[in-house]
Amino acid sequence: MPETGDHGASIELESLTKRYPGSPQPAVDNVSMEIKAGEVVVFVGPSGCGKSTTLKMINRLIEPTGGRIRIGGEDVTDMDPVKLRRKVGYAIQSAGLFPHMTVAQNIGIVPKMIGWPKTRIKERTEELLDLVGLDAGEFHGRYPRQLSGGQQQRVGVARALAADPPVLLMDEPFGAVDPITRDHLQDELIRLQHELHKTIVFVTHDFDEAIKIGDRIAVLRERSHIAQFDTPEAILTNPADDFVSGFVGAGAALKRLNLTRVRDVEITGYPTVTVDDPLQQIFNRLRTSGSNEILLLDRRGRPYKWLRRGDLMRARGSLARAGTLVHDTVTRDATLRDALEAVLTDNAGRVAVTGRRGEYTGVVDMETLMNSVHEMLEADRLDAMEHQHELESLRASQTHAEQEGASGPAAVNVPGGER
Amino acid sequence: MNFWEYLVNRHQQLLTDAYQHASAVFQCMVVATLLGVLIGVATYRSEWAGNLATTTTATILTVPALALIGLLIPLVGLGVPPTVIALTLYGLLPVVRNAIVGLRGVDPTLVDAATGIGMSRPARLLRIELPLAWPPILTGIRVSTQMLMGIAAIAAYASGPGLGNVIFRGLASLGSANALNQVLAGTLGIIVLALLFDAAYVLIGRLTIPRGIRA
Repeated sequence: MPETGDHGASIELESLTKRYPGSPQPAVDNVSMEIKAGEVVVFVGPSGCGKSTTLKMINRLIEPTGGRIRIGGEDVTDMDPVKLRRKVGYAIQSAGLFPHMTVAQNIGIVPKMIGWPKTRIKERTEELLDLVGLDAGEFHGRYPRQLSGGQQQRVGVARALAADPPVLLMDEPFGAVDPITRDHLQDELIRLQHELHKTIVFVTHDFDEAIKIGDRIAVLRERSHIAQFDTPEAILTNPADDFVSGFVGAGAALKRLNLTRVRDVEITGYPTVTVDDPLQQIFNRLRTSGSNEILLLDRRGRPYKWLRRGDLMRARGSLARAGTLVHDTVTRDATLRDALEAVLTDNAGRVAVTGRRGEYTGVVDMETLMNSVHEMLEADRLDAMEHQHELESLRASQTHAEQEGASGPAAVNVPGGER
Repeated sequence: MNFWEYLVNRHQQLLTDAYQHASAVFQCMVVATLLGVLIGVATYRSEWAGNLATTTTATILTVPALALIGLLIPLVGLGVPPTVIALTLYGLLPVVRNAIVGLRGVDPTLVDAATGIGMSRPARLLRIELPLAWPPILTGIRVSTQMLMGIAAIAAYASGPGLGNVIFRGLASLGSANALNQVLAGTLGIIVLALLFDAAYVLIGRLTIPRGIRA
């Protein structure tokens, strides 16, 4: 395992099983999974499906009764659990901050245990508070009870990151905060991950949260059986079975729109003029474009007014009162869902797309939106089918290897044809 | 001789007795606290062991103090030993019970979090569980001390140290000139000592309970 994980570490679970004494069924049954370095994988499933148990087996808060765990290629199944946990960040629901310690003490506790010098701990604490969006000077001396739920959760994440572990485990971390704060924290986590590239395993029962955060999602059913393990796009467009589609819930196509940004779809050009152009030039532009409408930009190139042919006729030499004001624009980073919302509320069914400083870059209308969505869904469907095919052939070769291995003594626990 | 004259006249003797009384209670309390917290730490995780510890210490408390000291005299002789043993035993119950209740009352998610970020079992106990259980433990120590103040007076029966001697002397010579003064001085002395100790505990609480969990 690398000492400081700038780019995370891979996690491999191999036939991981947890059996509690006295219960006939294992709580987690034979889970195998590969998580790539720097990837965010979300375990999602109904209550009691064993997703949390599976997570806690990765840092061995719950000792597995069977199977192996490898982090960054190193087998950690029999390693000293205390040492293991110091290299694996752990954040839990309602943060679990120690109430008798200040924010700084809470964050500094792991570095202190592994023997960092005081000045380094202090610097790290300030850096982390800054990273999670809290003012170090204001917050380091506060006690947890003096913080709001969202602030506590931020400190909880900072504490998990304190010793810069390559792997971060998050057990329903945003389960106990209000929806607005939760949304905000999710955005923050995405931003953080953009900077840090940790390997994150995230447990939630909220599928929308899973779509938003995960690079890949593992939908788990009872005993932690993997119903589907794929990208959010593939799960939305091609759920493996009824269980998964039940979990995805209604409106999969709408949820899919959240995953694509406006910049990813075709933005059409539109005839534009600026407010400084003489009226005659605007007329000519309108005539040559063959369009019925033209977009008027202000002096900084921002969309200002929609001008129809009739508006210009009535304008009589002044544009001051002609046309309709542009009341809604979307940026190139907006989701398609936001774009659709804007298109639907616009009475002419189109919305102007703007760049970072609000300057005009194009227009999205109902038709292009529809076409893009259809293409997107079709591509997803093909991808998902391909993944499913791969999964099935992998399973088939595994079963094959196991059957072969049953007669040979050397082939225990070595599934053949792993690629 | 009125009460005031008596006090002025005998203040040397009374102060010595008071000092010995306080010192005996204090030392026994230190031992009882250490033992009590140890017993609590050793037993709080198991349902039956914790209950056994609480019940045993409660049973000791029901034995009348006079009887316990009387029973100890043939075993350990007169003077300091029976006093110390009796006081320590009586002091145990509140400490043990509050230590167990306090340690069991620590939020399990905090213990889970502590384990999850890589704290070893001793580190968890010393850095998380005991500091969080400290307020109830301190309350137990306070209750114990108040109780021992009274019980320590009976130690004079076994020729032990303390203000009990003054009270017993007075009771033995009822009707004599100073009998009432002696009983009164002994009793008031114990009350004053108890109040002083209580004030000290308030101060200790202020100094040792972290601001984050102070009520």
